[in-house]
Amino acid sequence: MSVLVYIENTEGLLKKSAFEVASYASQIANLQQTQAVAISIGDVADTELQKLENYGISKVLTVTNDNLKSFINQAYASIIAAGAQKEGADIVVLSNSFSGKGLAPRIATKLEAGLVSGAISIPTFNADSTEVKRTAFSSKAIATVTITSPIKVITLSPNAFEVEEHKVSAQIENFVPEIATTDFNTIVKEIVRATDKISLPEAEIVVSAGRGLKGPENWGMIEELADVLGAATACSKPVSDAGWRPHAEHVGQTGIVVSPNLYIAIGISGAIQHLAGVSSSKTIVVINKDPEAPFFKVADYGIVGDAFVVVPQLIAALKTYKGNS
Amino acid sequence: MKILVCISNVPDTTSKITFTNNNSEFNNTGIQYIINPYDEIALSKAVDLVNGGADGTVTVINVGDVSTEPTIRKALAIGADQAIRVNATPKDAWFVANQIAEYAKSNDFDLILTGRESIDYNGAQVPAMLGELLSIPSVSIAKKLTIEGNEATIEREIEGGKEVLTANLPVVVGTAEGVAEPKIPNMRGIMGARSKPLEIVEPIAVAALTSFSHYETPAIRSNVKLIEESNVNELVNLLHTEAKVI
Ligand SMILES: Cc1cc2nc3c(=O)[nH]c(=O)nc-3n(C[C@H](O)[C@H](O)[C@H](O)COP(=O)(O)OP(=O)(O)OC[C@H]3O[C@@H](n4cnc5c(N)ncnc54)[C@H](O)[C@@H]3O)c2cc1C
Ligand SMILES: Nc1ncnc2c1ncn2[C@@H]1O[C@H](COP(=O)(O)O)[C@@H](O)[C@H]1O
Repeated sequence: MSVLVYIENTEGLLKKSAFEVASYASQIANLQQTQAVAISIGDVADTELQKLENYGISKVLTVTNDNLKSFINQAYASIIAAGAQKEGADIVVLSNSFSGKGLAPRIATKLEAGLVSGAISIPTFNADSTEVKRTAFSSKAIATVTITSPIKVITLSPNAFEVEEHKVSAQIENFVPEIATTDFNTIVKEIVRATDKISLPEAEIVVSAGRGLKGPENWGMIEELADVLGAATACSKPVSDAGWRPHAEHVGQTGIVVSPNLYIAIGISGAIQHLAGVSSSKTIVVINKDPEAPFFKVADYGIVGDAFVVVPQLIAALKTYKGNS
Repeated sequence: MKILVCISNVPDTTSKITFTNNNSEFNNTGIQYIINPYDEIALSKAVDLVNGGADGTVTVINVGDVSTEPTIRKALAIGADQAIRVNATPKDAWFVANQIAEYAKSNDFDLILTGRESIDYNGAQVPAMLGELLSIPSVSIAKKLTIEGNEATIEREIEGGKEVLTANLPVVVGTAEGVAEPKIPNMRGIMGARSKPLEIVEPIAVAALTSFSHYETPAIRSNVKLIEESNVNELVNLLHTEAKVI
């Protein structure tokens, strides 16, 4: 028995979600009185991998191979499944990231494992089943999922789980699984990374704006507010439909689901489909000129006012606050 | 080109979600069902790709009981040529993916489209499971898809950016916003849908590996604290000292 956790890297660096899943996996391992083993694919320096020992990881399998420089989900899934078999893992943990969503169902299929995607709790282990909580019905409900298979695959929802330091010492081991050539069926042609931008699904603070902003030319203040807060920017569906903002920024039932610590909604009415994507945010601030806007009903803090007046003042106030702290 | 589009039948996006039987079952009383919005994108893309039947056929498949037939007919009205209903209540993604894979194995499709996720159980599991069961490539969340000859070019989202990749057909693609504009059925489509074939297939025996055992509705936020428009400093202060988020 052991818990295997897949650690993603971005150009050789581990991000917050990597430490989240590491910490989650090691807490599960603790519960099960077993060890948490990490698996990393691609070129990541040992010094970077060694950081995982701060989160309870006692062993890291590292798989490096020239063919694995870019993400090939069939090959990556085969490697992670092979790692699970080698380590006798009965629980495999991944981040519910874009890549994790492409990998976890393949790994689960290979291992005939029950899969829970987007977990928000540590599992509870019963004699013949395991229970994990996740959101369902587009965050309108929290569901308890029961897994009955011997092996379980769980993807952790970003930002849902507090990272906890737990220092152990980790040994790094080269792992050279056999990978079939038939696993290399996709070719990555191009990666475009907006390096200065904070990734929306992982952001701790999100500044989002809707049709109340009137047009794309008014997004300067939204970006500035996001900048001051170190936040990602987002928008409502009509805004991306109109081409004011890219589709990748659209949150809601048919867009991205976010669960940041702070979600600031500016000029967004709060339609049920929008709320479905943001309701698991820890704190919600709404700025809207209409006191009857439904968004206020689910907000923690609200300002009834004109965005074009409030946002510049808020930027100024935050700059002063940041300057003093 | 032969395209298979997987469609799921989900509660309308405006539905109020409640549960019965001690919060162990979704309460479908009064719920309107629709084609999963992402599957509508998948279907619209498929209809565009076959170009009015000149370049192939579109088959839709749904794993569901007889109650899903209105949704299947709507898919036919949008432009699918024929439909398959696997006659079973979907138990989990593993069950569904195995049923679809079974059908796909004996009907060489060049392209299998799904939505990126169903908006009810939101597993985002079926597309990659299908890819694995059929031993073909899969892209779970595609923002763009083009097909040229035997090659698919797919743009997928990654954290903080995008990735463009290619694969030879057949592939499974989970579609998201941006792949196609959702099509609305017109009168001719609706009339025609009635006479298009809808075949009912019995399921194969597959045990589900997961089940939804209990539901809670998220805690309602305590009442909103309203702050004067002229007093943004107060908001900054509350976010720091009370909410502790900045
Ligand atoms: C199948 C389906 C799926 C959908 N999925 C999504 C989804 O995923 N995400 C999503 O967002 N929507 C989704 N929608 C659309 C949703 O129903 C709403 O139409 C949409 O969220 C409204 O966007 P909005 O709030 O930006 O615009 P509006 O509803 O037009 O609201 C604009 C708001 O701005 C306020 N305002 C105007 N001027 C100012 C000002 N100067 N200062 C401050 N406030 C101002 C107004 O009071 C109003 O409340 C979906 C709809 C359907 C049918
Ligand atoms: N019961 C079903 N019948 C047919 N296709 C389905 C069914 N459930 C899910 N799918 C497809 O799989 C996609 C992802 O669903 P899910 O894995 O449930 O989030 C959906 O967008 C559909 O295309």
